[in-house]
Amino acid sequence: MMKPSLRGFIVKETRHILRDRQTLLILLLLPLAQVLLFGYALRTDIEQVRLAVVDPVPDAASHELRSRFAGSGVYEIVRNVPTTEALTDLFEQGAIDQAVVFGPDFGSALGREKPAELLIITDATDPNSGSTMQAYARGVVEAFEREVSAQGPRPLRIVPELRMRFNPTLESVNLFIPGLIALVLTLVSALMSAISLSREKERGTMEVLLVSPLRPWQIIVGKVLPYLGLGLINVVTVLLAARIVFDVPIRGSVALLLAECLLFIVTSLALGILIAAITSSQRTAMIGSLLALMLPTTLLSGMIFPISSLPGWLQPVTHTVPAKWFILIARGIMLRGVGLDYLWLETTILLALTAAILVFAIRAFDYRLG
Amino acid sequence: MSGPAIEVRELTRRFGSFTAVDAISFEVGAGEVFGFLGANGAGKTTAIRMLIGLLAPTSGAARVAGFDVTSEAERVRQRIGYMSQRFSLYEDLTVRENIWLYAGIYGLSDDQIQERTDRLLEQLQMHGYRDVLVRTLPLGWRQKLAFSVAMVHEPEVVFLDEPTGGVDPITRRQFWEMIYEAAAGGTTILVTTHYMDEAEYCDRVSIMVDGRIAAGGTPEELKHGFGATSIDEVFVQLARPTRAGDREAATDPSDR
Repeated sequence: MMKPSLRGFIVKETRHILRDRQTLLILLLLPLAQVLLFGYALRTDIEQVRLAVVDPVPDAASHELRSRFAGSGVYEIVRNVPTTEALTDLFEQGAIDQAVVFGPDFGSALGREKPAELLIITDATDPNSGSTMQAYARGVVEAFEREVSAQGPRPLRIVPELRMRFNPTLESVNLFIPGLIALVLTLVSALMSAISLSREKERGTMEVLLVSPLRPWQIIVGKVLPYLGLGLINVVTVLLAARIVFDVPIRGSVALLLAECLLFIVTSLALGILIAAITSSQRTAMIGSLLALMLPTTLLSGMIFPISSLPGWLQPVTHTVPAKWFILIARGIMLRGVGLDYLWLETTILLALTAAILVFAIRAFDYRLG
Repeated sequence: MSGPAIEVRELTRRFGSFTAVDAISFEVGAGEVFGFLGANGAGKTTAIRMLIGLLAPTSGAARVAGFDVTSEAERVRQRIGYMSQRFSLYEDLTVRENIWLYAGIYGLSDDQIQERTDRLLEQLQMHGYRDVLVRTLPLGWRQKLAFSVAMVHEPEVVFLDEPTGGVDPITRRQFWEMIYEAAAGGTTILVTTHYMDEAEYCDRVSIMVDGRIAAGGTPEELKHGFGATSIDEVFVQLARPTRAGDREAATDPSDR
């Protein structure tokens, strides 16, 4: 008996994509636009921080640290106040964003066994910029600390802000890029494959395919394979743009990163198949994708809001969001430069989630049309 | 192939408490043109969907091209062609690309695909349009092309679900010429229609009312039996008492 051929079917799907010029152009340029948008407009980097200084007993060391803040390009010292109490008013008026409080014997404590005291208070009305400012201040203090430490034991103690510890350049765009890849792939791979599958259902061509000797899994593979290629192009676009425009590093293995991206593309495609299977028209598939995929990917993945800042009951829910695991993996490879020996757990979870969604999706598809 | 091309025994399909197809039985011989008539929602499409393996029967059995539609669906698929009510070609592909696609899906070799494509374009007199997007073709041409594509793998049995809906009379006539030609080549054809004049073109017809086969036979037998001058009159006599079409059209989920 003649064997049905998938080749022609994949060629056909590729033609659909290539022939819809407008959509294709959007899909190719969208990642680029997103990198620029996130990089420039939505970055939580703070351009200017208004700083108050409380320095009851000024000395050479405190003077040196103050001038380092002033010279960082980010800080402007707008107030010098005598006591910590005065800061409360300033914060409440919104006159300052951050304050540095030197201990009374800051300078004399340097170089001795006793740690020098330094308090950094940050306006965390907006938790994102708050943690960014915290990290900025820490960066300035640490640089100072390193230089002074060359002369003796670690002399300074500050309240540590650990969230940014793997992002020493304090560039929030570095943190965004992995999330952006997840967002773009969700949009292109999941949304577009869901729309493309539900279009066949809506137009009635799916019936004809199902009557043919093609098996359901072959139809699905043929439909989504071209979107896998498109997704890979998007990943490379984002990485290149991030590299060229914002100098975002890839400290770990590029091959591993691409392999993990490939895995996440498959995850997204599986989600697209699932959505197409449980919706009956292109329109509901689109709305379904936006609600069920885009929102969790942006809000519950740690991409924009740190998961630790979500309410307690919501945090366990994020475990089921594949983008969360992908972002952890991608940040690990890109920013920390670690390999599978550190990321095996996240990768395994992502694999398991993908397999589960895929099984569920193909079943749902079979059930609806079989 | 020995035996009938289509053999249906007590085939039934229920959706909840609603019986869309109620224990229908019929046979279609090889090379026959068999008409399946009925009002919208009488159960024609549900019956066809069971025969082509898109819908599992609730009870009863059917064999198509010698194989059971439930237990041997795979073999049935290789041997049948199907043209659905809705236009089943891809409008953003060219005429030739559509033919290639379906020929490929049915596993024809590259040489075969080339040869069939040429022959098919010849028959349709569409050589000059082979690289034209299907979306730009007139409706009648598209329907004829869709029929040819459904036949591209030379199936033993072809199911046509209201193939001439919305088509002008001249194209309908041409369409029926293509059906005859296919039947003369030995292909068995099951065609549903609600154009009663088309029933006269069939070798034999079944009239479905309310999920059941209300009458069946050659067009001549039917007209004689009901003392009517046309199939249309036969149909009106059968359908009038129940007004089945109105009720079913609203409830049959397979007709969506």
